[in-house]
Amino acid sequence: MSIERDIVIIGGGPAGLAAAIAAREAGVEDILILEREKELGGILNQCIHNGFGLHTFKEELTGPEYAARYVERVRELAIPYRLSTTVVDLRREGDSTIVTSVSKADGLTEIQAKAVILAMGCRERPRGALNIPGTRPAGIFSAGTAQRLVNLEGWMPGRRVVILGSGDIGLIMARRMTLEGAKVLCVAELMPYSGGLKRNIVQCLDDYGIPLRLSHTVVDIQGKERVEGVTIAKVGEDLKPIPGTEEQFDCDTLLLSVGLLPENELSKQAGVELSPVTGGPKVSETLETGVPGVFACGNVLHVHDLVDYVSEEAAAAGRNAARLVLEGAPAAGKPIPLIPSGAVRYTVPSTLDPARMEGDVIIRFRVGRNLRKAAVTVSAGGRELLRRKRPVMAPGEMEQIALKKEWLTGGETEITLDAREEGEET
Amino acid sequence: MKKYDAVIIGAGVTGCAIARELSRRQGRFLVLERALDVCEGTSKANSAIVHAGFDAQPGSLKAKMNREGSLAMDKLCEELDVPFRRAGALVVCLEEGRLPALRELYQRGLENGIKGLSLLTGEEARALEPNLADSVCGALLAETSGIICPFELTLGLAQNAAQNGVEFQFGTQVTGLKRAPEGWTVETSQGPAECRAVVNAAGVFAGEIHNWVCESQLHITPRKGEYCLLDRTAGGHVSRTIFQLPGALGKGVLVTPTVHGNLLVGPTAADIPDPENTATTAEGLREVGEKSGWGVKNVPLRQVITSFTGLRAHEAGDDFILGESAPGFFDAAGIESPGLSSAPAIGAYVAGLVEESLSLPKKENFEPIRRGIPKIASLSPEERARRIRETPLYGNIICRCEQISEGEILDAIRAPLGATTLDGVKRRTRAGMGRCQSGFCSPRVMDILARELGRDLSEIRKSGPASQIVWEATRKGGREA
Repeated sequence: MSIERDIVIIGGGPAGLAAAIAAREAGVEDILILEREKELGGILNQCIHNGFGLHTFKEELTGPEYAARYVERVRELAIPYRLSTTVVDLRREGDSTIVTSVSKADGLTEIQAKAVILAMGCRERPRGALNIPGTRPAGIFSAGTAQRLVNLEGWMPGRRVVILGSGDIGLIMARRMTLEGAKVLCVAELMPYSGGLKRNIVQCLDDYGIPLRLSHTVVDIQGKERVEGVTIAKVGEDLKPIPGTEEQFDCDTLLLSVGLLPENELSKQAGVELSPVTGGPKVSETLETGVPGVFACGNVLHVHDLVDYVSEEAAAAGRNAARLVLEGAPAAGKPIPLIPSGAVRYTVPSTLDPARMEGDVIIRFRVGRNLRKAAVTVSAGGRELLRRKRPVMAPGEMEQIALKKEWLTGGETEITLDAREEGEET
Repeated sequence: MKKYDAVIIGAGVTGCAIARELSRRQGRFLVLERALDVCEGTSKANSAIVHAGFDAQPGSLKAKMNREGSLAMDKLCEELDVPFRRAGALVVCLEEGRLPALRELYQRGLENGIKGLSLLTGEEARALEPNLADSVCGALLAETSGIICPFELTLGLAQNAAQNGVEFQFGTQVTGLKRAPEGWTVETSQGPAECRAVVNAAGVFAGEIHNWVCESQLHITPRKGEYCLLDRTAGGHVSRTIFQLPGALGKGVLVTPTVHGNLLVGPTAADIPDPENTATTAEGLREVGEKSGWGVKNVPLRQVITSFTGLRAHEAGDDFILGESAPGFFDAAGIESPGLSSAPAIGAYVAGLVEESLSLPKKENFEPIRRGIPKIASLSPEERARRIRETPLYGNIICRCEQISEGEILDAIRAPLGATTLDGVKRRTRAGMGRCQSGFCSPRVMDILARELGRDLSEIRKSGPASQIVWEATRKGGREA
């Protein structure tokens, strides 16, 4: 079957829903959301803990509650969506993008779209990517898989648990497994700092007396059929295990929360250029990728820690896609590269075009190490455009600043975003 | 007690090849396997190569079986619908001083009767494989070397044998062999079986079984080999299997594309006492990484998606042990590399000895064709659309990384010798073999298995009987499967 749509949104999680709503509110009628799961809402459906939406709704919601607000709005606006539908191919053809999906209900469908919004989210880094030695028994789960088993399927994947990695899902699962009656023996983290939010360390580990072992990693897994034990060891500054520091835990489960990877296999098929730092597409200030008419937002673009910012970013992508459909491509000037400097690892967007800017552009970024008494500066051609003080900055927390159009003269050749501690050398 | 003409111990590639060959004959045959599925030992964890056959000592059984096995592989894979491709191989020489040894290898290949061999200069080799190391100064090209899916080969042989009447019994450990009036009583964890002939295809355990009943003892040592498997994005790094000629640094590791488009590097080689020890080690994985760089440059080791260990059944005499070692007791033992390549020939040879000994008449209606599960994602869009119209569940994607549908998973469960475990589904369909390594699809596959097998989720296993995945329902009560 072949159909045409103005905007196709790949993914019906928080990013896809917010993008669809914004695009409709900006005046585009002909939208289709494609979701591979049986329900809209994405990963939020299994995040039954609270703490979502403080920024957007000024109240604490659970993941499903947060998702429901957007799902209800999608239904109010009567935005069409297809469930249990997986996009299997994405390619450019002339001035449009062809999205190929398959589903039980609709079979194979080729959709010709004026604009596509990538909102596929991310996946968890598996054990294999870490090359942890040992046996390969049952009982090794990524934290998100365990979360699904407990929260959606209603089954306990373990009784005595070691967690490797202190990403937010790992921290949340430490608490969840404890509440369900399992014993979480420790959370080991390779880095000297946690990759998760401070509030999660306090509320999920400290409150339950679960030890966090920074600068530790798993060096062996035992058990032929089911995990029987895990050995952790301290690592040196080179992140390599230090012999003699091994510590043995008798456990039946190892949960891994060792990083999230934007899921960009489709983007690559379409020829979208990815950032080696984020694993997500390189985008301009309109969140458009290098492939015309293909936008990206949410965790497929770069991994977020708060869903509120996913929704905000996705709404911008939806509005920009709508503008492209309704008004055609805006007259482009010369895109200026945004250069990360100091402790800044990356910026989203990675370029901006002052000629196309309307009002503020939000620049999102992360730092690569913990900073105290830090300053964030934006400068261009030796001129400082912005300076903001930050008492603490951490790799686990995404940062953002707003860049105003009127600060730019149009003559800039590059813009630098820097973060460093007070008094630190440039 | 059930009576059989022949009982085969072990459902690895060797046992299944013998079973399939025997099923051309009239008779009652049983394959006993201690694991819950076929291909759970050495056959599942190896280099997945069909060797050209230049390496083995001329005159050895390894040389004969490898040559004949490789020659038979095209027709067999056609009949059994098994992915197999003659990608070719290069043995690369990294030191000028070792070039004579490379020529020796070439000569040995000619002596073994191997076609398609030629000696190349370093430049000629790099022209074929641009990612070969700069230090490569010569290479032996073996055009007939191939890459294969060892699991599909084993499963295809087993399913075809089953189609032709061979019985399979899983989860059954052989505990002893006793002489019976007309052959043997095979004692197992599930009760005894009586037969006229026993075939010992028990891999790393074949020595133990042989030594129960034979005067001359076998010494089979598990030789551990560790491997790393890389993502499909790395699959094109080389287009042929690259071996290294042993040199001053020692024996290297191979770097090869797999028939499914991944890149495989390994193995190490370490003799170990424990035939159950398939753990990887930090040293082993480091060694694989280091050595992979000897013959091939810039191997993208950051793209590793999993690592594993295989055990080769190394016999002290360094050759296959094939034949009637005691009256009515047939060995297919010491089957290490090139065992996979040799499987078709070993199957025909050992089955031939058994047939002759038991005077089994030919079966008129032997069916040589077995069809695998359709690979829906690799079809053209038109063909894929048609298959989904006919069978809508082919459109319901369960494994997103490999694009495996619910329909294919059901096919895998419902086929003869169908999957009953998560690993069984994975090996039959590739669901869970991709870059997320089953993070997303495992709960879904577990649900499908539970539904199809009429079990609840806590009864679903990863592979072995003790590999339980979930324990009990959560406090609020689990959903019924």
